[in-house]
Amino acid sequence: MLIFELSRRGRRNPTQAPAAVPEVSAIPESLRRSRPPLLPEVSELDAVRHYTALSQKNFSIDTHFYPLGSCTMKYNPRACDALAMLPQFLARHPAAPDDTGQGFLACMYELQETLKEVTGMAAVSLAPMAGAQGEFSGVAMIRAYHDSRGDAARTEMLVPDAAHGTNPASAVMCGYTAREIPTDRHGNVDLAALGAAVGSRTAGLMLTNPSTLGVFESAILDIEKIVHGAGGLLYYDGANLNAILGKVKPGDMGFDVIHLNLHKTFSTPHGGGGPGAGPVGVNAKLAPFLPLPLVALEKGGYRLLGERAAPLSIGRLSAHIGNAGVLLRAYVYVRLLGAQGMRRVGEFATLNANYLMAGLKKAGFEVAFPERRASHEFIVTLKRLKEETGVAAMDVAKRLLDKGFHAPTTYFPLLVAECLLIEPTETESKQTLDAFVAAMKEILAEARADPELVKKAPHTTPVRRLDDVRAARELDLVWNPAQGE
Amino acid sequence: MPFIPHTEEDIKAMLEAIGVASIENLFDEIPAALRGRGLPDTPPPLSEMEAARLMRERAEADGHYLNFIGAGAYEHHIPAAVWRIAARGEFHSAYTPYQAEASQGTLQVLYEYQTMMASLTEMDVANASLYDGASALAEAVLMAARAHKSAKRVLLPATVHPAYRKVVQTIVRNQGIELVGVPYAPDTGHVAPEALAPFAGQDFAALVVPQPNFFGVLEPVDELADWARANRMFTIAVVNPLALAILKPPGEWGNSGADIAVGDGQPLGIPLASGGPYFGFMACRKELVRQMPGRIVGRTVDVDGKPGYTLTLQAREQHIRRSKATSNICTNQGLMVTAATIYMALLGPQGLAQVARTCHANVLMLLGNLTAIEGVERAFSGPIFHEAVLRLKTPVAPVLRALQAQGILGGLNLAHDCPELGHALLVCATETKNEEDLMLYAGHLARIIGRRFRPAPCAIKPKP
Amino acid sequence: MTTPDNLKYTKTHEWVRQEPDGTATVGITFHAQDMLGDIVFVEHPAVGRQVKQGEECGVIESVKAAADIYAPLSGEIVAINRELDDAPEKINQDAYGAWMFRIKPDNSAEFAGLLDAKAYRQVAESGKR
Repeated sequence: MLIFELSRRGRRNPTQAPAAVPEVSAIPESLRRSRPPLLPEVSELDAVRHYTALSQKNFSIDTHFYPLGSCTMKYNPRACDALAMLPQFLARHPAAPDDTGQGFLACMYELQETLKEVTGMAAVSLAPMAGAQGEFSGVAMIRAYHDSRGDAARTEMLVPDAAHGTNPASAVMCGYTAREIPTDRHGNVDLAALGAAVGSRTAGLMLTNPSTLGVFESAILDIEKIVHGAGGLLYYDGANLNAILGKVKPGDMGFDVIHLNLHKTFSTPHGGGGPGAGPVGVNAKLAPFLPLPLVALEKGGYRLLGERAAPLSIGRLSAHIGNAGVLLRAYVYVRLLGAQGMRRVGEFATLNANYLMAGLKKAGFEVAFPERRASHEFIVTLKRLKEETGVAAMDVAKRLLDKGFHAPTTYFPLLVAECLLIEPTETESKQTLDAFVAAMKEILAEARADPELVKKAPHTTPVRRLDDVRAARELDLVWNPAQGE
Repeated sequence: MPFIPHTEEDIKAMLEAIGVASIENLFDEIPAALRGRGLPDTPPPLSEMEAARLMRERAEADGHYLNFIGAGAYEHHIPAAVWRIAARGEFHSAYTPYQAEASQGTLQVLYEYQTMMASLTEMDVANASLYDGASALAEAVLMAARAHKSAKRVLLPATVHPAYRKVVQTIVRNQGIELVGVPYAPDTGHVAPEALAPFAGQDFAALVVPQPNFFGVLEPVDELADWARANRMFTIAVVNPLALAILKPPGEWGNSGADIAVGDGQPLGIPLASGGPYFGFMACRKELVRQMPGRIVGRTVDVDGKPGYTLTLQAREQHIRRSKATSNICTNQGLMVTAATIYMALLGPQGLAQVARTCHANVLMLLGNLTAIEGVERAFSGPIFHEAVLRLKTPVAPVLRALQAQGILGGLNLAHDCPELGHALLVCATETKNEEDLMLYAGHLARIIGRRFRPAPCAIKPKP
Repeated sequence: MTTPDNLKYTKTHEWVRQEPDGTATVGITFHAQDMLGDIVFVEHPAVGRQVKQGEECGVIESVKAAADIYAPLSGEIVAINRELDDAPEKINQDAYGAWMFRIKPDNSAEFAGLLDAKAYRQVAESGKR
């Protein structure tokens, strides 16, 4: 049932709207709307009941273990929400003078400074509104840096084939061509191929470390020498920072620019796909190019810095300051954890991943890189299971939903056949991990005994497998009252 | 340990199962030189109680003001039910609905949202949202250039929000797209159709048309959209979604409507919150849907024929198309959209129109009161929605500081963004202001600029 | 027969048929549609466009993938198959019947450089590893 189908003409919520006012006269007729939009006419109770019922059709961290690889679905502490939503914070207008926001700006400044230390970078901007915007700004800064030196020949951004799709897409948005670097059989960047690819056209290399294959690039110091030796810059995609938070700093690995995903590593809620925040950090030579605004502590208090203070900046990414409310939540998280708590994030995320990997191996699953340590995530490959039983990775993922677990990431990275990318995060207990292993073991047995049961899963969710092909061929993106249910 | 549930016994059993002696051993593939540099400057942990006290003190230091600033972010009443429902953990702590069967709640909300936005703008289709209004405009510019194929230039009038223009510049400049300005008429405050004459017949991908524009003034949208079409360019509408409850929607501009409509969804139930998170929306003609960036939800059926919702048209997106994607965007602002959907459902078509009409009536009353003060006048004669530019005889900054001392944020000083306007101030009144608020502002302003305050009859008065 | 002997092929999985009037008809191979899965959308080149051999001139989308189509020969696009707009699934049903576009080649010598069925089968096989 759609909210529109609950609508009854003339039903109102007078309490939520202002008292009726006369028809407007100061707007010319030709600029006015002639018929009302298709919005539902429902009571407050109708709306509350409808959207509460919809929420109950979701899997979420609050209701289910959510081991979605590369997404860091850890518990989002309630205190972070509650304290970021204090009434004064919510009511403040973005264009209000800085002296009406000293409390807010103090949080922003301290977050900015903490992120500098955690990443080992010289300067940080909180402006990007998402990881992909962070990537865009990072690559734009690399380009601004080369341009500022008159080095226009650097037109290629190197991207490992295991990288997130956003990496090549961000490079292209900055006017670069993306060139793929292959991965060797241990899951590392192929050093020989990298050596052969770098040159005077290399703008930089975008690297996720630990990689999306769930392993640490142990030759990172060699990679650094190869890229810098060719005059390129090194970009750190912070998607997997949770694995090494408080243990290893990207700045120490030689990275020139990084972005962080606060909705992953700093536990701000994912909100059904956003909002996030993607701050960027840089070393000293890229600092003049950081996106705006920046938060400064000057005589007389905290201040937002704009174009006048940073004339070389790549510019602004949002109309205001970025996703301020997300940044506030991350700030509270940082304060609750402290230095020690942050180090434990990396440690226990890694412990949980390695424990889960050991448990699944023991249960008969094949992992993609058995000779390697897991970072905070690892890959199970179901290639053999598919050959034996016809049960694919997607089938196992769907069957997990029946067992009360959200599915891991499937079919990414593209390099490993029939893969599940599994990231338990540090906030899950041993007992939850054990229950997950038990469910996976059951599915393995089901796949052998009754493959159809798994291939037709899920059986218990509000809908069963959806017809994606029909969705794409017969596009139905907007409800039309004529079509009915 | 904050948010880590492990007992000593658990840790021991887990290390044994892995076959290592300590957690530190799990990091042995990382070069030793890189490990354990510590965080000497990061403060020690706070308890929840300590953190709460710190944050409350900071929030209280920021205080409360009677706010008359708009400029792209608007103070509106948000019904209590909106965030009580949107903040439920099942919405809050879910992720992008890749596993459709486990995400029907989020997906159906997005489908309802797409329907509401398409209807509000009278466009064929809408996506599941973008980051904010400014970046949505940048994406629309890129989309128009992709779809137009031949032209790489876009007309971006000076009446578009200056921050939006800066964001567009940041995002499109590296793709060789040139932004060409169009001046506004100094008397009316909107783009004069004559100002477009020099560009007629040239190769441009699009004309951007804000409604209302940055000055709060309404643009002659029919003429502008028809001119763009006659000159073989797309019309990109930048609109305030709340205003569309009473203003002509982009899909009906001119003879054939705008091609792409974008804007910031903040007025639809999203708190001001120092600037975010808000959400950007985008709607377009059916023919352009495959050029549209961002998530899109479609309705389909499951294996039993039961209706259900799923992400669709994903082949345009970065996770499949990589370097050839329509954009690098990888999320929408799901939670904000959930709140906006509930907001629109609660208000309904009449409620939304009532909010818009009250905003309009309030700003007219405010302007009546303020321009009755000697030395305060409207800068432009064009019709407005809920915001307008005032011109003072003296510099604006000291006046705003004096108002602030009285607990009033009197508007946005345009000295920095529009120096050509002289001592200009952008003021806004939404439905949240009552008659006393409007009088209070006028009273203080009159006193501050040292002139006698004479209340004037105003054009429209709300009935009790 | 999944790779008819009477057609020419490219490494990028297009098939090419030389027509009596000198034009060339182009589609994607059985192997290509099989790898893509259910096809949901076809983006054509514009009629009248001049293309160079190997240039991208269209896109085929399935639910989970998108593939660029490359011009197998240099020349002018003289026709496109509009039937696929509403029925892209025809490519899945009949890969060699559901043509995409016709080219009037600039240089018919380029035909000779295309793969024959045997050579294409090897390409398709090696891709399956």
